[in-house]
Amino acid sequence: MTTTTTTPLITFLLRTADDNLVLAQRLGALLARMPELEEDIAVANVCLDHLGQARSLYAHAAMLEGLGRSEDDLAMLRDERQFLNATLVEQPDVDFAHTIVRQFFVDAYQVPFYDVLCGASDPVLAGIAEKAMKEARYHLRRSATWVVRLGDGTEESHDRTQAAVDLLWRYTGDLLALDEIEETLVADGVLPSLDGVRGVFDATVASVFAEATLTLPTDPYQRLGGRAGVHTEQFGHLLPEMQRLYRSHPGARW
Amino acid sequence: MRASEQGWPLWEVFVRADRGLNHVHAGSVHAVDAETALQAARDVYTRRAEGVSIWVVRSTEIVASDPDRRDDWFGDLKPYRHPTFYEIPDAIGHM
Repeated sequence: MTTTTTTPLITFLLRTADDNLVLAQRLGALLARMPELEEDIAVANVCLDHLGQARSLYAHAAMLEGLGRSEDDLAMLRDERQFLNATLVEQPDVDFAHTIVRQFFVDAYQVPFYDVLCGASDPVLAGIAEKAMKEARYHLRRSATWVVRLGDGTEESHDRTQAAVDLLWRYTGDLLALDEIEETLVADGVLPSLDGVRGVFDATVASVFAEATLTLPTDPYQRLGGRAGVHTEQFGHLLPEMQRLYRSHPGARW
Repeated sequence: MRASEQGWPLWEVFVRADRGLNHVHAGSVHAVDAETALQAARDVYTRRAEGVSIWVVRSTEIVASDPDRRDDWFGDLKPYRHPTFYEIPDAIGHM
């Protein structure tokens, strides 16, 4: 499968859709494995929100692409190098703290990100963003609450949460990075400027971490590349599991 | 061991379905504190937009009547406390 017919907007839609789909896949794998029934339902809700956002974005990308591919084709028939999600969302669920910290970073990013997208000139994208925005705000409230509970909780919960921050922080740059795709879309007036997203993200992280008694790593290293399809080893395990059914039974319905 | 066995407290959840209605008991959730209890209640009991407002209260804060003494409390029926007990004199006409 090739992706030769593409535009900056389609690439941008796929990046955002892939973020949501891959995170939904990670969260879906946690169902029936959360520490409490209540958290199980919560993670299912969040998972389905992200999956719904991914579906809308894929469907719109497929329509703009005009190659006759469906949202399922985009999700299930592209290979690893064609996935454009930030590497943060593919990182595994080592423990509950990792799940929560990963979610918190995504939420702290998506709230200002979707806020900008609400001003997109493409009315479908703006509409998707408006719905996603409400979901992201709730997700952030939940994950930030948990970050504070865990970080400012027991010694063990603090240490585990700090370990998750130390591991996952290096992947947040991928989420926030802007390249020629976004620059083109902004220059063409398709999107308002995304420059403010990082500042809101940083402020959210700073205020929640202060309350949670967590600190950011001093090592400035950031692992970039997801937006260009260069993923971490973890993604190589996630993708075939996600795509196996669709690829084994093409056209299967249920 | 599940976290609840280690003592996540229980909270009773009351959901108000719409403006002008009362909060009605919807069920209970386990949560570490009030704020996470509200969130759990939102996730468990308002998934399908059932409510506009949620209250949670620690289950231990609820003082309940003893179900074994229900007859003492509620079994002593006094039909004359119901207006239908009384026959309306003809002179009154329709009420």
